[in-house]
This record gives sequence, structure tokens and C-alpha cells, in this order.
Amino acid sequence: MYVVGERINGMFENVKQAIREKNAAVIQDLAKRQLAAGATALDVNVGPAVSDAQGGLLWLAETIRAVTDAPLAIDTARWEVMSAVVPRVPGEKIVNSSKADPEVVAQYVGLAVENGAGLIGLTIDANGVPGSVDKRVELGAQIIAVAMEGGLSMNNLFIDPIILPVNVAPKNPSHCMEAISQLRAFADPPPHLLLGLSNVSQRCSNRGLINRTYLAMAMARGLDAAIMDPLDKELMDTAVTAELLLARMIYCDSYLQAARHG
Amino acid sequence: MASSIPDVSEKWTGGVNTVVIGATAAEGGTRTGTVTVGGATTLPFLGFEGSLGQRPAIAVEVWDSGAESWPQPLREAYGQALASPAQWAKKAVQFGADLICLRLVGAHPDFGDRSPQQCAQTVKEVLSAVGVPLIIWGCGTDEKDNAILPAVSAAASGENCLIGTAREKNYRTVVAVCLADKHKLIAESPLDVNIAKQVNILCSDAGFPLENIVIFPATSALGYGIEYVYSIQERGRLAGLKGDKLLAQPVICDVGFEAWRVKEAKAPPFAGVTDENRGQWGVMWESATAMVLLQAGAELLVMRHPDAIRHVKKAIDRFLSAAAT
Repeated sequence: MYVVGERINGMFENVKQAIREKNAAVIQDLAKRQLAAGATALDVNVGPAVSDAQGGLLWLAETIRAVTDAPLAIDTARWEVMSAVVPRVPGEKIVNSSKADPEVVAQYVGLAVENGAGLIGLTIDANGVPGSVDKRVELGAQIIAVAMEGGLSMNNLFIDPIILPVNVAPKNPSHCMEAISQLRAFADPPPHLLLGLSNVSQRCSNRGLINRTYLAMAMARGLDAAIMDPLDKELMDTAVTAELLLARMIYCDSYLQAARHG
Repeated sequence: MASSIPDVSEKWTGGVNTVVIGATAAEGGTRTGTVTVGGATTLPFLGFEGSLGQRPAIAVEVWDSGAESWPQPLREAYGQALASPAQWAKKAVQFGADLICLRLVGAHPDFGDRSPQQCAQTVKEVLSAVGVPLIIWGCGTDEKDNAILPAVSAAASGENCLIGTAREKNYRTVVAVCLADKHKLIAESPLDVNIAKQVNILCSDAGFPLENIVIFPATSALGYGIEYVYSIQERGRLAGLKGDKLLAQPVICDVGFEAWRVKEAKAPPFAGVTDENRGQWGVMWESATAMVLLQAGAELLVMRHPDAIRHVKKAIDRFLSAAAT
């Protein structure tokens, strides 16, 4: 499971404050803890912390790079910020994210390829989040096609079919799973299929339970990456156990511990 | 046309660890050479897919006592040398041993109950008799192994031996002494890939580096469940090649012990058997068992009969030269 740690995000109060005060220790501690808990990569998002998103992202990236070489998912919806920041982040990185309109994807694929980065492509276009499985698959296929043309390897492409909160969009979790299953068949090897997992439980009670139940269900349909909270131990244990049940690892009594051996 | 054949080679992300056994004077020991096992990055002898790693090594089995229980063809081959472990080990080196596997059978409470001091003495005698690296194998009962292994480990300190075995219910002592005296470790499991992985994680948690472990997933002879042994070894190896660090260890197989206890190898001819090669059945049994297990990925074979050792070395030559073309 490719786990992108979600905790370095200006939406969180402690991170917001750390960004404003340039408190490197808070950010570095979050980076190290998420990686120790099993994260493969770290999402980096300034959120509403500062008005200078570019400066904020660069400071975060530099601060995190002082403690780890792990891939950083540069998370902003603004092209001018993304295109300015990505070339200046050393080491492995992921462009997070592009929408699916062909001319938009082409631009982002170009940025990713030029900088040797991965790319997260959302199945959302100018018309918003699709209401049907078919439209999601169509947009996902569109992203795959543009990525292939642009020379981005499938190993560097993450398709995100956009999970909405289950209390608002009750059929959305099923749609996403069906789309994941179908999109895996579009390329061989397939691209990664990723979700921003925590969104499924926004404003719900039992958030942890909803998140980990859905993670296991989606993994069974082919999800192999998620932006999620690696510090939620039960969630990480669920991910490992789902991998075990999908025969991606050999059982032993201490399999949870074994999985953390890396 | 070769160009029309699709490329079916697997791309593995992991590989088998390499483990060095023995220490020369320069390395703080007294061995005349060392043996390195492991290192493959693909399945056995598939040279077109990746590195085959080190050539499989043959350890020849020497007992501290009890040679009289060995079948007639073996006693004939070794002759007077069986009288002492040191002489026996020298003979084994003449027969082509890359290493000596000293099995402390006589320490077993039912087969001599030799003391830790006696065992340590035997280890010293064998070390001074031969220059090849040493594998030291306990008697297999938990309590007695925990009594003798600290003494034999200390007696061989600096020699970088391979010592066993660590088992799921009894690993702490052997792990501690191998760490203290800087030996390599055999982790044993009873034909069960889940337990093979579990023993490795237990040893690792006890502080022993996974890179210094050779696993013994149990062996059986041709006709006595070897298919099962093969599939267990293969499952472990596939997981290791896919990147499971808890199953990336080289494998040791106890070929001679298993082959020479089957009735076809050791029993006198049955009435009515007319096969003129009847006297060779044991050698053939040992050779065939070894060759099957090499195909399952064995890196280290513990063997007995000189003819079987010769056959298997030739077979390894053939497998390697075929893989190189």
C-alpha cells in the first residue's frame, strides 16, 4: 500500500500555527512520525495558513527535506503555485493534483515529466465531480491516455476517483470502488489508484471506523494508494491486514510487526 | 526467430541475502578460506532473469559420536576416519567439503548426553583438523541445546561459524551466543513458511540481524514428502524475491540426514530385488534429493556420501553452465 501521509496540512491548527511561526520542529516531527508509522510519501499543503502559498510550500518542503528523502506530494490547486514550486523541490515528488480536462492534464503531465515527478490526476473536470461510474471511468481513461502520450510511466501516475463524504453522497463510495476496478484494466501495468480517504467520513461520527472499513473495501477492488492518516494505528493495521487477505504478503503470527519491518 | 519470442522474464524487486561463513587469520579466525552463500536475484538457475548469486555450497556432515548407527555404504566410504570427529572432518574435506557441518548428536540426553565441555572440545578438535568453515548443529532438544551452544560458540569465537538452530519456542539463547561470539545463525521452522517468517522476526526482535541468518525450513527425502518441501521453499523464495525481507535468507537443506534414513537407502536388499545397482540406491537417493532441492533454491546442502557429493557437484556445474548460455 502506497500511503501518502496527510498530516502536514495547514488545515490542521498545529500545522497552521507552525507554518505561520516557521516552527520547523513541529513539521519535522510530523514528517518523521508519519514515516515511522508506515507512510511512503508525505503530502504537503499550506491550506489557509498563509496567503503566500508558494513561499509556504517551499518553506515546508525545505524543512521536511532536512530530515527525510521520502517523496513529497506538493498539494495545491493553483497552477501558478504548482509550476513555480515543483521545480524547486529537491528529491522525489508528486504533483498533487490535476483535473481531467485534456488540456489541463497535458500541462500537468508536462510539469511532472520535466521534473521527474509523479502525478495525481483527479476524475473531475470543468463540470465538477461526476455523478456516475461511467463518467469517472471516462475521465480516468482520459488522464491515462494523456499521461501515456506525454511519456509519464504508469508507475508515476495516480488516478483519484474523488471520494465524497458518505453522509452527503451515499452512493459515491460504491461508485468509486467500481471505477477503481474498471480503471485498473485500462493499462498494463495499471496506474496507481488512489483516494483521499479521510474525505469519506467528513462530518460523520465514527470517522476512524468508516475510514478503515472503506479502505479495506476499496483495496479489495484494486485501490493501492491513499492519502490518509498514518498516525491512525488501527487504520494502518487494517491496510496491512487487507494486504495479507489479498495474498500480497505471507502470514506469520507477528505479521503486523513484520509489515513494519519494511 | 528469436526476435519473435516475447520477453517473459520476471522483474523481481528483492533478492536473497548473502551470508559469509568462516573467518581467515586476517578476519580474526583461523580458517584457510571463507564460504559465501546466497545473492540470487531470481529463481534458481534462471540466468536470463537476474543474478544467480553464489554457487551452492556443500557442507559435509560430521558427528561428534554415534557413527556406528550410519548405514553400511557410508561406513565403508569413511572407514577408520569415523573413529574421531577430527579424522572424519579431514576425510570429508578430501571428499570435497566446502564446509564441515558438525552435528552434536552425542549431546542428546538419549544418545550419550555429552557435556558442554566435551562438545566444546570436539569443536576445537575439528577446527584445528581442517581449514574449511564450520557449521555447528545442536542436538535438537531445547534444554540441552541451551546448555551446550554457549560453550561451543565460545570455543569457536572469532571463527564466524554458522550455528543452529533457533526455533520458534527456543531462540533466545542461540541468538544471544551468536551475537556475543559473532557467529551466523540457522533459523529452523517445521515445514511451515509462516513459522519460517515468524522465527526470523523473533530473532530480529531479539537483536539479531536478518542479514546474518540462514533459514532451515526443514528437509525431507525423495519419496517422503519432497514435493511439500519444494513448495514451501519455493513460496518463501518467491516472497523474498518480491521484497519480503523476512524471507530473503539463504536456505540450508539437511540432505544426507534425510536421504540416508529412508528404507530404500539404508535397508539390506529385499528378497527378490534383482537391481544390480542396489548398492548404489542410497547414493542415488541422496543425489536426487539434493538436485531437487537445488531447483527449489537451496544455497547450502548438508551431505554425506562422497559419490553423491561428486554427482551433485557435477550437476551444479551443468546447471550453472546451462544458465550461463
